[in-house]
Amino acid sequence: MKDEVDNREDRVANLKGMGCSRKRVEDARFTQGKGNYVDDVKLDGMLFGDFVRSPYAHARITSINTEEALKVPGVLAVLTAADLEPLGLHWMPTLAGDKQMVLADGKVLFQGQEVAFVVAQDRYAAADGIEAVEVEYEELPVIVDPFESLKSDVILREDLDPTADGAHGPRKHPNHIFTWEAGDKEPTEEVIANAEVVAEEEMYYHRTHPCPLETCGCVASMDKVNGKLTLWGTFQAPHAIRTVVSLISGIEEHNIRVISPDIGGGFGNKVGAYPGYVCSVVASIVTGKPVKWIEDRMDNLMTTAFARDYWMKGKISATKDGKITGLHCHVTADHGGFDACADPTKFPAGFMNICTGSYDIPTAYLEVDGVYTNKAPGGVSYRCSFRVTEAVYFIERMIEVLAIKLNMDAAELRRINFIKKEQFPYTAALGWEYDSGDYHTAWEKALTTVDYDGLRAEQAQRVEDFKAGKTRKLMGIGLSFFTEIVGAGPVKNCDILGLGMFDSCEIRIHPTGSAIARLGTISQGQGHATTFAQILASEIGLPADSITIEEGDTDTAPYGLGTYGSRSTPVAGAATAMAGRKIRAKAQMIAAYLLEVHDNDVEFDVDRFVVKGAPEKFKTMKEIAFAAYNQAIPGIEPGLEAVSYYDPPNMTYPFGAYVCVMDIDVDTGVPEIRRFYALDDCGTRINPMIIEGQVHGGLTEALAVALGQEIAYDDMGNCKTGTLMDFFLPTAWEVPNYETDYTVTPSPHHPIGAKGVGESPHVGGVPCFSNAVQDAFRPFGNTHTNMPHDHWRIWKMANDLGLHD
Amino acid sequence: MSKKMHTTLKVNGKQEEFLAEPRELLIYTLRERLNITGPHIGCETSHCGACTVTIDGKSVKSCTMFAAQAEGAEITTIEGLGGPDDLHPLQEAFKEHHGLQCGYCTPGMITRATKLLEEIPNPTEEEIRFGMAGNICRCTGYQNIVKSIQAAATEMNAAKEAAE
Repeated sequence: MKDEVDNREDRVANLKGMGCSRKRVEDARFTQGKGNYVDDVKLDGMLFGDFVRSPYAHARITSINTEEALKVPGVLAVLTAADLEPLGLHWMPTLAGDKQMVLADGKVLFQGQEVAFVVAQDRYAAADGIEAVEVEYEELPVIVDPFESLKSDVILREDLDPTADGAHGPRKHPNHIFTWEAGDKEPTEEVIANAEVVAEEEMYYHRTHPCPLETCGCVASMDKVNGKLTLWGTFQAPHAIRTVVSLISGIEEHNIRVISPDIGGGFGNKVGAYPGYVCSVVASIVTGKPVKWIEDRMDNLMTTAFARDYWMKGKISATKDGKITGLHCHVTADHGGFDACADPTKFPAGFMNICTGSYDIPTAYLEVDGVYTNKAPGGVSYRCSFRVTEAVYFIERMIEVLAIKLNMDAAELRRINFIKKEQFPYTAALGWEYDSGDYHTAWEKALTTVDYDGLRAEQAQRVEDFKAGKTRKLMGIGLSFFTEIVGAGPVKNCDILGLGMFDSCEIRIHPTGSAIARLGTISQGQGHATTFAQILASEIGLPADSITIEEGDTDTAPYGLGTYGSRSTPVAGAATAMAGRKIRAKAQMIAAYLLEVHDNDVEFDVDRFVVKGAPEKFKTMKEIAFAAYNQAIPGIEPGLEAVSYYDPPNMTYPFGAYVCVMDIDVDTGVPEIRRFYALDDCGTRINPMIIEGQVHGGLTEALAVALGQEIAYDDMGNCKTGTLMDFFLPTAWEVPNYETDYTVTPSPHHPIGAKGVGESPHVGGVPCFSNAVQDAFRPFGNTHTNMPHDHWRIWKMANDLGLHD
Repeated sequence: MSKKMHTTLKVNGKQEEFLAEPRELLIYTLRERLNITGPHIGCETSHCGACTVTIDGKSVKSCTMFAAQAEGAEITTIEGLGGPDDLHPLQEAFKEHHGLQCGYCTPGMITRATKLLEEIPNPTEEEIRFGMAGNICRCTGYQNIVKSIQAAATEMNAAKEAAE
């Protein structure tokens, strides 16, 4: 008997299925320098394209002269809006229902905007050509403040009818884009007006940028003989790009092949469609040669895909003993010159309406006003699901502000307001149905592990020591408890440009018992080739090492909406499990035939089907795979393949409890992170090693945003943070070691109970780092100070509070 | 356009000879001219380290050095450290300890780490963090990179002891 048990354990281990820390199959090529990123793509006769960009944030273009540029050796063509206009490609639709200039059409709206596209034999010739293009500008008044924009007589978007509705309804001003509401306005105002305690705060979530180490780029190759366009690029959603390219170019979709090769990090930067893609395609059609366009870092930071830039105004009401009764939030959202936010169509402010957070708040109201300014377009989800980072920052700051007002411990305030385990599924005041959660258990585990009471006692002592002149370092304890909403999403309410946000998996089992599976998603470092094979291994009983995972080639992969918003595991992971179950269902019939019993008399056991009650009679999946190709089985088609398109019934709601302990030198403003504890509940855990890696990385991006990273402009609309000299990316020196922990609350509606994890640490991490800084100064009167908390700003917090006197 | 310069380099043990404009950056030479695409471009300002190679025994960011400046130099890139049959212990360790995710920084990171371990064969965590601070990773948060380098150091020191 014992032998048999051991044997079963061995069989489970052999699969390397779900729950094991399987080493990554991607790493062999990456560690040997054999990754294949878009800039590694080389084709015969390939040309290089690059942009003339506007030095002004707002200007009329009076003339563009390309004559001299065309004389530069190596320059083949210079495209301007006038060249694109006959093709109808001088403007392109944005994901947010707006339109954006591909090349400046009469004016520019932000610094760095694309004005002309120079096509040359190599990068050096392109750079020479750019120097030689003569553009005359007539400067216009610049608006970089969204509040000023809504009062200004200066109309930024002269192409729009100033009084006409936008894609999301009525506009209040020519520079206004939309108003988006969720919840109940009057009841919320009434609850707040009559509340025992009300806390109010205004906070600015600064503009930043995902800044993956690899910038955006593409190679377009139009094969005029076959009429086929191949487009390699840094695309987080290759199928959506294919459809968009087809719609705007008129090339039939079957004649377009989009390939996302290895992607050097995305973090939301590579979801959108950029002028560089359109210009490369046109240039390839014009020249008949492949054309490559790769951003440099300055192009990347200044033009493609900013994130955040939300001015948030909150009111939160509670009873005297801390039970929250209402929440009111107004956001003024700076979208830059074009509304190019990457959100599901019906959600112009993303899922900002998850801003009631993890708390049982009976009444709430959210209103978001989108505004045009002379800043770069974007508004992407930087390592988060559609504005969830903003929402979680908002509520986790409001909780802290309320705790100060109530003179109550912020951990206790959270505890008494958490949605209780038995309330799930829980419908929040702003509309979402949270699928599952056990917040109290996670919170207690976190607070106990870090010895929260001990930390508070130490902090109190530190304040005394500081006042007594014994130390110049303050101690901050940052808390955050977040609930995410990821896995977009149900087709009934989530689409992008009309494409439902389902996802897909197609599996082929080979005769010798190995397999290939293709998905509609695309890894950018998340390790899909490793983890999706693990899901399949557990579902179909073939070793993960015998399963190849392929993504990113639209000619072979089934249609899907790509990877962002932590949707790969919740949506494509579900499709994978469901396709695996279809394989298993057919395998069951084949096994029953081979074992000469009824279908219902066999059952699946790890890697085989066994006759019920007679485990010695079995057929392994490997044997079944072979039989599928060599046996003529009555009533069953040969072969063993399956495809699943999965439309999730709901989002998933990962959550977590984070604690950060910081020592802050008030004289230098330098924060030292002494401890960071992160407990994540992402439901069923597929690969703990990869989860931990995602948490480390997400926390580090959170540290960056909270402690220094920003895209800043001066009053003239000059971007002040266009290189890594000014834009903060943490190095190994600034980053602490993190402690990771977990609880497991499986998603009840997901086939394997998984919820997604890649973005949680960023979403929960930003408020945690920020709360730690703010908490250090709380005993001296700080209620709220805006991020980023770089050294100077922390020093200024101390100075403003009189701590340098 | 300036007169082209005659340049000779030894890259990963192979002698290379070519004519290049004085403005040609070394990373361009490696990636475009010699087809050595392991080193990547991340910032063009010497900050990110994705383009790190070893030149005459020193870690150098090849995005801010002209090919002509490297005249006569011996250069090692990630491709020269180890292949499928003879992985460098650092290549093994990064795989083993999940020291990479998207892989874009990895060639530069590992190339820099080989020099770090030559400079300090048995580094403390602090020395690793300081010695690797010229190489940015956006994915891993560095914790597993530190772990990978520590593991490789242990492995390399053990191999050295066994050989002595």
